[in-house]
Parts: sequence; structure tokens; C-alpha cells
Amino acid sequence: MKEIVIKIKDFSFSIGKNNIINDISFNVNKGEYLSIVGPNGAGKSTLLKYMMRIFTGGKGTIKIAEKPLHDYKQRELSKLISYVPQANGQNVPFNVYEFVMMGRYPYLSPFQSAGKEDKYMVQKALKLTNTAKLAERLMNTLSGGERQKVFIAAALAQESKILLLDEPTTFLDPKHKDDIHALLKHINTSTGITIISITHDINSAAMTSTRVIALKDGSIVFNGLPDDFMDNDTLYKIYEKKFLFVKHPETGKSIAVTE
Amino acid sequence: MNNIKKNTISKMFVLNVLLIFAMLILVVLPFIGIKNIPINAIIQPPFDSVDFDIYWNIRVPRVCISFLAGSGLALSGMVFQAMFRNPIATPFTLGIASGASLGTAIYVQSGFIFWILGISGISIFAFLGAILSIFLVYGLSIIKKGFSTTTMLLAGVAISFFFSSLILFIQYISDFTQSFHIIRWLMGRLDILGFEPVFNMAPFVITGSIIIFYLSHELNLMTSGEDIAISRGVDTGKIKKILFFATSLMVGGVVAICGPIGFVGMISPHICRLLIGTDHRYLAPVTFLFGGIFLTLCDTVARTLIAPTEIPVGIITALLGGPFFIWLLLGKNSIDRKSTSSSNTP
Repeated sequence: MKEIVIKIKDFSFSIGKNNIINDISFNVNKGEYLSIVGPNGAGKSTLLKYMMRIFTGGKGTIKIAEKPLHDYKQRELSKLISYVPQANGQNVPFNVYEFVMMGRYPYLSPFQSAGKEDKYMVQKALKLTNTAKLAERLMNTLSGGERQKVFIAAALAQESKILLLDEPTTFLDPKHKDDIHALLKHINTSTGITIISITHDINSAAMTSTRVIALKDGSIVFNGLPDDFMDNDTLYKIYEKKFLFVKHPETGKSIAVTE
Repeated sequence: MNNIKKNTISKMFVLNVLLIFAMLILVVLPFIGIKNIPINAIIQPPFDSVDFDIYWNIRVPRVCISFLAGSGLALSGMVFQAMFRNPIATPFTLGIASGASLGTAIYVQSGFIFWILGISGISIFAFLGAILSIFLVYGLSIIKKGFSTTTMLLAGVAISFFFSSLILFIQYISDFTQSFHIIRWLMGRLDILGFEPVFNMAPFVITGSIIIFYLSHELNLMTSGEDIAISRGVDTGKIKKILFFATSLMVGGVVAICGPIGFVGMISPHICRLLIGTDHRYLAPVTFLFGGIFLTLCDTVARTLIAPTEIPVGIITALLGGPFFIWLLLGKNSIDRKSTSSSNTP
């Protein structure tokens, strides 16, 4: 029996009269690589932000490590979950090292500066994401791909067991997209960190993740293995668009292309 | 890695230089004024000369109050700029100074005088006025979701105008003495007598400052974005409330006695960020010292420039601040870039 790290039951969330999420239930097992897909406005980002408690309210229960989400202190929660927001080009006025070090916030008390372990964890996160050479660069001078890796490094420095990512590869060129996917896969397999990632890239979702959940209009329309997800009826249900499938010449896996 | 260490050292260096400079001006500036005081009057007995009296009862309290007021306003400005990630968020643009002014004006007009636990009613009224403004401005942003910082600043400006009109109204219905008192105080005044006002203001500014120094990690994270701060474990709702409380204390405490002295709260944090970067563990104490030094120097200019006439210090800070504000608007992008960190830009 697999260990359940997140348990969501009958969860609904609305802003004003708009229902963003309608009565959804699913579990996330330890060590999974879960991709969440679905059209714009399906409620994916809202769900992720709710798990991190950036949003609060809503009906139903979410349990993280068997404890209801609202019983956590934020600092305690951040030792279990970390979150990489959607790239929004926001001004981050620190250099890379300083920014990644801020991932150690839950472990530092006021007036305390970074100790040996904090520095070690930051170095480890920089090394794992291959960003050590950027340490002294200002965040605002990084390219989109570099910036995304540093955000992931900062989340890793937080030493949490679950990593949430909101469209980590949007706005990136194909090479950096692959880099990030490979990095996430590597993090997932080498450290056992559970990954929940929102993406619009259905092919990489199918290729990298261990499970796919599709949301549409706030409801779950698919929850299963990537291979089952790459199916015309399923994709039509999600995106209301016909897809064609071709075989990847090397891996032999299905690739979906729009008609 | 060496570079990072060097950076920290240069931040410590700036901090120490400002500390020494602050101590120096606190001792030296009281000698300078309409009448320069010879050092002998202070260090040689008998200590009963007029000079001795001027030094201890007029000049030293005045320098102390300028320093505290400057520090408090600068630190409040820094907090608002960090919290709202906006370079023109200050106690003034958010209407908080006007709230404090309104509280003070109501207290002066009411003519009744009280003390609570040794704290003057005027400071308490100013504090309550500041809190009221925050409730109005920030309350709007909570009621109406998706309220941007820009809208909040505009709301602050609107509330500022509204409160200013109320102050003018109070002043209009006041008698001549009260009216003059209010006008003179609205221009920003630091001409106090004795240490009583200093003791009245100090608890407000010092309590507020300690709270802010204590929250420097949180300020760093909030500067990077609210989502980031929350996901790193900052309870931003709670921290914001504490910061609002701390800044209201400081703005209320300062405005009650010195009036709304403009621009110190906006200029000081920007200059300090250009000097040492955005790390609030250093930025907060540096801004505290810089604000204090800046206002004390402005006041010295105000009382010596066309001596024996004293210019209200608010006029000096506004004369320096206006052009700075415009420079900030014109060069906003370069400020954003430069105000990031003192480390080497590639």
C-alpha cells in the first residue's frame, strides 16, 4: 500500500458566484510525478494555490500528511510543501544565492543568520539544479530558463517532501523546456520528492509523469496513467479538439498533435 | 562565494559608518545654530550659563526629536515599499500620515487634554488616526478582491485629500491660537522645548523599529512576492497586520509632535537600497540611521540658512523631495534595476 501524502475529498471553491472548483476528490501518493492538465480557466492554478494556502476558504477537506490543511501553521506547512509560481516576470531584488537562501526561512528564527546546514542545503540545491555558477547573478538579469531553475532550487532548499509547480515550462524555448522536464524527473527519481506540476504540454505530461489528472470547468474529467490519457476521446473531452497521434521514432510512445 | 562575503562586509561597513556619523551629529549639531555655542560652555563648570541651557534644553532635545522622527518616517516608508512592492508607497501616499494629522487636529481642537500611562493623548489620537486610514485603504483591498497596489495608492491619495479637507475645516472653525498652532504644525515642526516631547515620541518609534527589525526575514520574502513569501512559510496576513501596527505606531508618534514631514519616508529607503541593496537585515538599520541623519541635517539647514528666521523643516524636505520624486518617476526602471543589490551586475 502506497503512502498517501495529499488527500483531497469533496473539495469545492468559489469566488463570488463563480464556482472555480466543483466537488473534486483525489489522492496523491508519495513519490508520484503528477501532471495536472486542462484548458485555461479550469481551476488548476487555484487548486495548487489552495494546497499552498495562498488561497483559503472553500468547502470540503484537504489533508496533507494526514493532517487537515487548515490545522497547519504556515511555517510548518512549508516544511512539507513548496511551490514554484507561474513565471510572471516579477521584480525579485536579490541575487541568486540570497534568493535560494530564503528557502531556508522555515528553519531560521528572527535575527538568525544562515548556519552550516542552511549553507549546505543551499549548495546542494544549486548543484542539483545546475545553477551554482549563477550564485552571484542578480535574479533580474537571468534568462527565463535560468530563472525557473533558480526558483526550483529555492523550493528545494526548503527541504519539503512535495513540490508544486505552476506551468514551469511556459514561455521557455524547446531546449530549456526539456532541461526543466529532465531536471524535475531527476529530482523526482533521485530524491523521491513528490511532484505535482501544472502543464499545457500534454506530450511531456504523458512522457514524464507517472499519473495525469485533467481538470475541466472545475471538475476532474480524467485521472489515470499517462498511456491511457493519450487517447482521442479523452483529449476531446478535455480540450474539445481533435488530436492526431504519431509514434515517437525513438521511444515508440504516442505523441499528440492538433489536427 | 568570496564576493558574497565581501558584500556583507561592505554592508556592515556602511552600517558602521552611519552609526558613527549618527553619534557624531547628535553631539556636534547642537553646538550649531543661530548662536553657535562654544564647547567650553558644555565641558567647563560652572554649568549655569545661558549657552549650557540652550545646549541641553533646546538644541539636544531638538536634535534627538529630529533623529527619531526621521528614523521613524524612513523605516515606515521602507516597510510600505517592501510590503506593496511599489517605489512610491509611503505613509503619505497611502494616506496614513493624513490620518495621523487628522487625529492630532481633532485632539488640538477638542481642547481637552489627557494622558494614558504617561503617553500624551495627542500621540494616541494620531496613532488612532493612522490606524483608521489603514483600515480604510487596506480594508478596501480586502473587500474588493483583485485590488491592485496602484488602486490602493490612488485610494490613499483620495483619503489623503479627504482628511486634509477635514483638517482645513477643523482649522477654519478653530480660534486664532489653535488655528495658528495647527498651521505651523502642518508645515512640520521640530522646535521643541525640553525632553518631554522626546520621551513622548521615543517609545512609539523604538517599539515600531524593534518590531520591524525583528521581521526582516519576512520583509525580504514579501519583497520577492506574496506567493513566494507564503510558500516559504510566511503567514503574510498576520505579518501585514503586525507591520501595519508598527508603522501606525511610528507615524502616529512622529506626526503627533512634528506634523506630517514629507518625503523623508520616500527618499531615505531608496537611497539606502542604492547603497547596500534590498536585504532588510541590513537595510532596516541602515534606513533607520539614514532617515535620522537626513532629517537632523535638514533641520540644521532649516534653522541656520536664513537665521535668525527658522524655516519649517517640512519646507526643506519637500524642496529636496519634490525633484527627487520626479527623478524617481523618470528613471523608475533604472531605480528598479539598481535598487536590487550592491553586488556586481554582469
